[in-house]
Amino acid sequence: MALHISLTHFLLLSAVLFSLGIYAVITRRNAILVLMGIELMLNAANINFIAFSKYSGANLDGQIVSIFVIILAACEAAVALAIVLNMFHQFNTVNVDEVHSLKD
Amino acid sequence: MTQALLLQLATAILFLPLLSFLLIIFFGKKLPRQGDAIAVPLLGLALAAALVVLIGKLTTFHAETISYTFTWVDFGNVSGIGPLKLELGIMVDNLVAIMLVVVTTISFLVHLFSTVYMSGDVRYSRYFAYLGFFSFSMLGIVITNNFFLMYVFWELVGISSYLLIGHWYEKKSAADAGKKAFIVNRVGDVGMFIGLNILWTNFHTLTFEGVFGAIKSGHIPFESNPWLTAAGILIFCGAVGKSAQFPLHVWLPDAMEGPTPVSALIHAATMVAAGVYLIARVFPMFTADALMVIAYVGAITAFVSATIAIAQNDIKKVLAYSTVSQLGYMVMGLGVGAYTAGFFHLVTHAAFKAGLFLGAGSVIHAMHHALHHQGDHHTDPQDIRNMGGLWKKMPVTFWTFVIFTLAICGVPFTSGFMSKDEILAGTLAFGNLTGHVFIPIVGFLVAGLTAFYMFRIMILAFLGTHADEKRYEHVHENSLPIILPLMILAALSFFFWYSPNPFNAASGWFFHAVERPESVVPALVAATGIEQFEQVLEHVHGTAMYLSLTVAGIGILLAFVTYYWKKISADAFASALAPVHTFLVNKWYFDELYGATVVNGTIGLARLLAWFDGKVVDGIVNGTARWTMGLTLGRKQNWKEGGAESLIYIGTSVVVALAAGWAAAVAMTPATAGILTMIGYGALGLVIAGFTFFLLHAGVGGFDNTIVDGAVNLTAYLAGFFGLILRRVQTGRVQTYVLFVIFGVMIIFFMYRAI
Repeated sequence: MALHISLTHFLLLSAVLFSLGIYAVITRRNAILVLMGIELMLNAANINFIAFSKYSGANLDGQIVSIFVIILAACEAAVALAIVLNMFHQFNTVNVDEVHSLKD
Repeated sequence: MTQALLLQLATAILFLPLLSFLLIIFFGKKLPRQGDAIAVPLLGLALAAALVVLIGKLTTFHAETISYTFTWVDFGNVSGIGPLKLELGIMVDNLVAIMLVVVTTISFLVHLFSTVYMSGDVRYSRYFAYLGFFSFSMLGIVITNNFFLMYVFWELVGISSYLLIGHWYEKKSAADAGKKAFIVNRVGDVGMFIGLNILWTNFHTLTFEGVFGAIKSGHIPFESNPWLTAAGILIFCGAVGKSAQFPLHVWLPDAMEGPTPVSALIHAATMVAAGVYLIARVFPMFTADALMVIAYVGAITAFVSATIAIAQNDIKKVLAYSTVSQLGYMVMGLGVGAYTAGFFHLVTHAAFKAGLFLGAGSVIHAMHHALHHQGDHHTDPQDIRNMGGLWKKMPVTFWTFVIFTLAICGVPFTSGFMSKDEILAGTLAFGNLTGHVFIPIVGFLVAGLTAFYMFRIMILAFLGTHADEKRYEHVHENSLPIILPLMILAALSFFFWYSPNPFNAASGWFFHAVERPESVVPALVAATGIEQFEQVLEHVHGTAMYLSLTVAGIGILLAFVTYYWKKISADAFASALAPVHTFLVNKWYFDELYGATVVNGTIGLARLLAWFDGKVVDGIVNGTARWTMGLTLGRKQNWKEGGAESLIYIGTSVVVALAAGWAAAVAMTPATAGILTMIGYGALGLVIAGFTFFLLHAGVGGFDNTIVDGAVNLTAYLAGFFGLILRRVQTGRVQTYVLFVIFGVMIIFFMYRAI
């Protein structure tokens, strides 16, 4: 049986990835796992961008946007991991629900 | 003034508050006066620019819509979907120019007011940063020319409202109120999101111009009128959430947990008006049915919240319900087709309701001060029963409060009289045209109720005698930054800003500048045309005016009889109508209803899913593991240890194997899929499992030890080897990484240049 991979397949993949990312963000207590969930969501968006770009074939706007997203994600990860590291030094835990005194 | 200059000024207005936010959030504590010395002038600048834009727009380009659009992402023509192109941009028409002035005026005055009201607050600088952020988001909603950016700013307004409601998050009620506001708003936003998706799927554009143009040219969603109505109602859902319309009005009264100036800015004048602005913005694409829904939602909201306001004792709660009620008025006005009147009421209401809130803030500040002086931390400074007689001590606050109260009650010579009168005339005309008499009846009833409860709080707070003699001595009028905004807003609550004739708003510049746009929907489903509507409106205008004056007069008179002259005892009246009174004090039991249905329903569903996850999903996984262990090890005690539990797991596994087999069967041979095929494939799975068991049990362990373990060990060795080499790149220094990023970007840049 010949499998034809169409735009819908990419969109489904991206939707599944996005849902998994949201699931991770909502259910995980560990800050690093939450960050991984966010990465999943960002990459789901990237898949969408690239898929649209691939199937339109007109220009590279989608690729450029997704590279932009990747760079942003890298910055976000760098900043977030620095925060997590400080959090660990300060509280000896990376569980987000145990860190209350960060509010002030 | 050129069009380009106008657009540049509009863009500057949008970004000035953002600048204020960025400066204060990053350098707040180091700035003079913790940042308010930057925020107030920046907002003042924005206000000045907004006034220039409004005057320029009205004088030079009265009829034009000036817009600037650019393409953000262009995917070209995607096969199977069509052209995908996202266009963003800003626009300035009369509606936008007026809203810019309204938002910046209120925002500027609230900034000024807050410098005193919030002084000494633990998070003073953060508070001003959030105010700036809110102003930016709100201006973004106003200025954009497409649904996409509007949705983005819509959510930004939601988050800044959340942050400001929860400003005192140490108080559990404030933190909860913030969450409630955010979540209830999400409910409406989901509807709006679906509505936008209907438009996007059909038109592949989200600019207002593009969508309206497509509908006008006869291209309606899915080629069916009900879909057009649905799209309109779904977009209206967003307004229901933001503008606190029934049945999502429950968040707004709770949002009063935020600081009072925030209530004035966000929950009285601007953010809640965003929903009304949205309706005005997309007005051309509403069908008659959608408008009917809007009118009814507005009418029900106005009535429900006006009745609740009568029975509340917290001054801010009364004002909150009064806001919900007035928003219902605006929505109703737009729904019946009195477009200009509805929007006019938004503008006039913004001034006098912000004034009422700031006046209440002034009273609360003074009460708080007096209570603090006495060392009393138990008496509620917001309860009107603890006030009274304040007019002598706080003359400016009192007289401005009177002006605002007269304006909201619709007494002649105020701005509120003109706008409310026009809405009521609109509802009468609507009732005449369509026979839906419920709406005008509710409109006039609510006008009477409004007059009653507004004069109730005015009399109880400012007239009569104070509840506590000693405390009364410590109550003082506030300083200039608090009373100056009150005076400015009071001045804005008179008629002459909008029309030279206090009894006819239509003769002023406002009605000339904001005219009801032509509907773009097919004639078959469109609402009554403008000309016919105006004819009937002309006819009923006088009646509406006399009726509204009569009911407002009755309301005011009743309030004086009950609370000033005390001819009727309010308490005796309440106990005579005890069930109704309790019903109103408890706000029609909306919170209890939602708690019992939505909240408990969600928690129940979560429990059910947790049970399913813990018992069924984990059960299958653990069962498979045990089964495999039992097969490979072949130890008899393992079976016994598990006992009945193991049997259940094995049973589950068999069922899953059979189900998988059936799924496989359906996928491969859909025509002949049946119970026999299912069992066949399931059995095949079992045979394979048994064969594996036999192989492993017969002692073909050599294969496992050499080939499988060998591959695993080789991988581990290789990973270690490359790790040793690659770790040199990992210096752990950000500078190196940034260097890599720059190299990467350069490579990409040259790659694309080559193309």
